[in-house]
Amino acid sequence: MSQNGHNDKVKAAIIGSGNIGSDLMFKLLKQPGHIELVMLAGIDPESEGLKRAASLGLEATHHGIDAVLENPDIKLVFDATSAHAHVRHAKALKEAGRIAIDLTPAARGPYVVPPVNLGEHLDEDNVNLITCGGQATIPLINAVNRVQPVAYAEMVSTIASLSAGPGTRQNIDEFTFTTSRGMEVIGGAQRGKAIIILNPADPPIMMRNTIYVLLEGADADEDAITASVEHMVTEVQDYVPGYMLKNPPVFDQRDTPNGKKILVTMLLEVTGAGDWLPTYAGNLDIMTASALRVGELFAQHLLEKESSGVSA
Amino acid sequence: MKAPRVTDTTLRDGSHAMRHQFTVEQVRAIVKALDDAGVPVIEVTHGDGLAGSSIQYGFSGTSEMDLIEEARKVTTRAKIFALLLPGIGTRKELKEAIERGIQGVRIATQCTEADISEQHFGMAKEMGLEAVGFLMMAHMVPPEKLVEQGLLMEQYGADCVYVVDSAGAMLPNDAAARVKALKSNLKCQVGYHAHNNLGLAVGNTLAALDAGADQIDGTLRGLGAGAGNAPTELLVAALDKLGLNPGIDVFKLLDAAEFVVAPMMPFQPMPDRDAIAIGYAGVYSTFLLHAKRLGEQYGVDPLDILVELGRRKAVAGQEDWILDVTLDLANAQKETAT
Repeated sequence: MSQNGHNDKVKAAIIGSGNIGSDLMFKLLKQPGHIELVMLAGIDPESEGLKRAASLGLEATHHGIDAVLENPDIKLVFDATSAHAHVRHAKALKEAGRIAIDLTPAARGPYVVPPVNLGEHLDEDNVNLITCGGQATIPLINAVNRVQPVAYAEMVSTIASLSAGPGTRQNIDEFTFTTSRGMEVIGGAQRGKAIIILNPADPPIMMRNTIYVLLEGADADEDAITASVEHMVTEVQDYVPGYMLKNPPVFDQRDTPNGKKILVTMLLEVTGAGDWLPTYAGNLDIMTASALRVGELFAQHLLEKESSGVSA
Repeated sequence: MKAPRVTDTTLRDGSHAMRHQFTVEQVRAIVKALDDAGVPVIEVTHGDGLAGSSIQYGFSGTSEMDLIEEARKVTTRAKIFALLLPGIGTRKELKEAIERGIQGVRIATQCTEADISEQHFGMAKEMGLEAVGFLMMAHMVPPEKLVEQGLLMEQYGADCVYVVDSAGAMLPNDAAARVKALKSNLKCQVGYHAHNNLGLAVGNTLAALDAGADQIDGTLRGLGAGAGNAPTELLVAALDKLGLNPGIDVFKLLDAAEFVVAPMMPFQPMPDRDAIAIGYAGVYSTFLLHAKRLGEQYGVDPLDILVELGRRKAVAGQEDWILDVTLDLANAQKETAT
């Protein structure tokens, strides 16, 4: 049905009218690519996010996922609610044949981190973006692991209190579980550990991530590791311009429960693009920027499948 | 005033000074001595709480779960507690600690972030534990703000909420004002946890008692982060003289401090130059040893590192910022030199 060229875009909806949903909305309106955002669905009729969406000409509804399910034209659904809600949403969206891009730590579908494995899961009906800390740190763990096996990786994510919404605060354990698992599955670490800290300083701090990596082996090719990390930084900067290593990777030795190991420390700062959220909320920006990147690739893939006559 | 409940946290806050290397034998000896002296609550955990064993905070020499289990085996009347910092530890480790024998948990957050602790209070209460809230770095906010956060913890199920002077930055009137504000607005108990960076750990604790604190903390010999904590033996001696001894044997506690703990200690924490800087700048006491190590490695004065961390408003658990600040200061020194 798309042969006439009218449907060169895939219709999409966002569920969740909070900070993440709103920022993603602004990004999708600014850089729509092959996506036509038609709806923002929340559950609170008084939500500021819904009022903003309505004023921008989108269908803004407080009927949540039901409104999305009632509109058969919506093929792509970004879920920016909570881990708890997405478990229910995932099932309903799957049954309705919609593609879900999950921005919560629910992790129903396979993990996706754009510069590492974006192309691998385009035929899945649900993909998960892990956590903001995962999107920030996993690319660099993977960059080290490409050069030398990572025995253990640890990340410490420090975010401004003002940028942590109720979803993050009430589900802080899920952040830890999902991030550490992502560091293993996508980062390549044999074991991952995640720590999150909220800093209430005013003016708010930029999102900061410290990544510690313990290497396998007694020696390290420091130049090759540094080059791989720096290359990865530029790849992430393609879609998150404010992604920056504060110093080159620091190499050191550390006594661990498994003997002396080489420790690589990377200090990362993420400045947000400021599309809707303030620039200090780099943690939210990296999530919505990744969602935009993943959504665009899914949209292109869907359109290719349609034009080649394969039923989606 | 009434006699307060005393919690000894030598085996948790003291873990910082021990670089998290407490052994099963040391735990057994300390718990036996405290239990025998009549101390009612003993906290046993990695210094940064459950799952604190990490590159960020230092790996444990012996698993904290094994230490907890040993403590529970040895104690006859004292209750064994653990510390949990949401964001570092999770309900998974809390559950394991309960299975290994803890009877209570202290749940700690930065003093403005109490709402990250709801899940953990929920689990603790559901599993029949005593749950104590710990509002860390409490010098950073005025009493009214602390009340707002304390009420959240109370609502989640806290049996007691502590004013925690993690930076050892308070003066006696600061301690009293905060305890008093919590006492007048919360129905649950209120506690006070001191650090000795400005030499006021015992004085502040007495001021907190005077303001109505129901629970107080100490460590034998003051073994703890920064300049250490209020020495439990000193607190109990003072309580005894005030007629507020909750039933602890002063001389047995003096022996425990002198003959059990002192011989194990790598150094006696005290308000020396760098520790005073921590209290003065208002930074997290556990930063001390990390700042000393990195300062030496990069040729930067630890005092400069600590003061800069205070200026950047680093909070509990942000040990990674110490490297960051050290590298910035080292780079600045290089530029000045060239």
